[in-house]
Amino acid sequence: MELALLFSVLAQMLRISVPYALAAAGGVLSERSGVVNIALEGILLNGAFFAVVGTHYSGSPYVGILCAMLGGLITAALHALITVTGKADQIVSGLAVNIIAYGFTRAGLRVLFQSASNSARIPAPEPGYLRLIPGGETPLGAVLLDPLFLLAVFLLLASLWFLKRTGLGLALRTAGEHPEAAHSAGFSVPRLRWLGVLASGVLGGLGGAWLAFVQHSFTDQMSGGRGYIALAAMIVGKWHPLGAGAACLLFGAAETLQIRLQGSGAPTQLLQMLPFALTILVLVVWVGRSVAPAAVGKPYDPERIDS
Amino acid sequence: MRRIVYQIMPLSVALVAALLLGAAISVALGVPLDRLLHTLSSRFGAYAWGQVLFNATFLTFTGLSVAIVFRAGLFNIGAEGQAVVGSLACALVGIATGSWPLGLSLLLAICAGFLGGGLWGLVPGALKARFGTHEVINTIMLNFIAIAGSNFLMVRFFALPETVRTADVAARLPRLDLWLGAMKGSAANASLGLALLAVVACFWFLHHTPAGLKLRAVGQGLRQARTVGIRPGRQIMLAFFLGGGLAGLVGTNFVLGYKHYYEDGFTGGIGFLGIAVALLARNEPLAVFPAALLFGCLSQAGLTINTLLPREIVEILTGVILLVFVVTERIKQRQLSLQGRA
Repeated sequence: MELALLFSVLAQMLRISVPYALAAAGGVLSERSGVVNIALEGILLNGAFFAVVGTHYSGSPYVGILCAMLGGLITAALHALITVTGKADQIVSGLAVNIIAYGFTRAGLRVLFQSASNSARIPAPEPGYLRLIPGGETPLGAVLLDPLFLLAVFLLLASLWFLKRTGLGLALRTAGEHPEAAHSAGFSVPRLRWLGVLASGVLGGLGGAWLAFVQHSFTDQMSGGRGYIALAAMIVGKWHPLGAGAACLLFGAAETLQIRLQGSGAPTQLLQMLPFALTILVLVVWVGRSVAPAAVGKPYDPERIDS
Repeated sequence: MRRIVYQIMPLSVALVAALLLGAAISVALGVPLDRLLHTLSSRFGAYAWGQVLFNATFLTFTGLSVAIVFRAGLFNIGAEGQAVVGSLACALVGIATGSWPLGLSLLLAICAGFLGGGLWGLVPGALKARFGTHEVINTIMLNFIAIAGSNFLMVRFFALPETVRTADVAARLPRLDLWLGAMKGSAANASLGLALLAVVACFWFLHHTPAGLKLRAVGQGLRQARTVGIRPGRQIMLAFFLGGGLAGLVGTNFVLGYKHYYEDGFTGGIGFLGIAVALLARNEPLAVFPAALLFGCLSQAGLTINTLLPREIVEILTGVILLVFVVTERIKQRQLSLQGRA
């Protein structure tokens, strides 16, 4: 009995951690290439919205997943266009992209679903193989064998492999540490940075799809600051995909605790602060142990007009 | 001549881009442009301009808040939370001093707004100065905490039964329609004067006081400031305290001037819009008010066309104005520096 409870808590924690982990891994790829990505919040939000729209109009959650990746990609492309090609301030661009995402999804809700707050209900992926595998229908099994979960784990490992084991990954990291060196080695720094930001769009878009499928709908501002918290997880994880993933489990655990404590008499509003307060605290503890890529946040401009 | 063209280029390009996009969205959603323009012009009377001034008062406070912290070289994304804390403090002091002489109660409520926002702003400032943790993430987190905290305090202690509002304050700022009858019913009030005063005070502080000079020196570069004996940590905390306080003054507009009580959730993004205002003003206090008027117009226009188009389109246009502005501003600087070299 207690084991069943443990498994269900574990399942809940994993379910909550997935969008954080996807967004944080996206943050790693973007920042390792030299671009700060506050836009992750908007990427999650648009990912969720596109997932719902795609699923609603096609009837298939799998089409929804593809649409979510596309939504994340488009959002990230806007950020890359402004920061990499336009060489503008990365934090300002990220914030503006988030404002656009809030406005776009809200206007979209009103135009497509005639509602100011939520979309129609959508089905989540329910693959037939769950019934065939023992334990596939338990809470934990359903999470572990969820196609989107498997894809998320695969992409986390793939991004790790890409960053650490491929030449292009090395070039991408160089673009974030020492862009001039990447340039001398014959790589195009803007292209590498576009690649990093676009990859974060695909990963973050999937994170948004996960949020939408857990809730079976889109609700206004449903990203709820997760994109920002994912950035903190990335810092705690030392800009490393697996480290970031592990840090996300910590935030997932905090949120699970918060949900489990609800109804125990503790005031809901104070519990809601938990993940945010934890973020501030963890960053204070971690400062100095985690070093950002050297050139992150600086537009790459060979003519260097501003410094 | 050429320099003038360059100076006005970023803003004009951004506005033209936003107008074109707005027109394109309107047509795409099946609303002909002449109908849109007719709705806009017919409903934009004195009342609407009053509402623009009301919006601009909010945005002047949050715009100054972001700008002054920017001048110290840091991002204040936390104006939203600082506005929440300051406004709640303003209302609570206003209620507690309800039986006191009105002038005194008013003064104390205004000070409470400034102090409440200032202390909340001091948190990310101190975290940055003491531990070096990033102010962008911290201020965003503090926004969420302030909103949840205000929610908790309201539900537990201060909200009237079955509502999300506090009791009334006695100390009130007069509405502008007392003097300008045409604006009747609009929420614009005397806190606009306070906002303009804050503009002048910020300008004077930044450009004509030693403390302002030190603050800007830190914004120019920490190392250089240190070599002339300025302690960056102190300037960072000062900037965040002042910035938080300015955002906290938002309460004078909403609590003292408009509703006469504090209501949960009234800020709805004015902190984020403050970032847009500060950017367009290039962090120059005197330019903050015109920029605030611009975005004040934009949100009022959104409400005006809400029967035809979703008003959230205005948020999209705000973001687009920002993006186009920062890119063209960058191009402008490049052109000017190329000319300087030649």
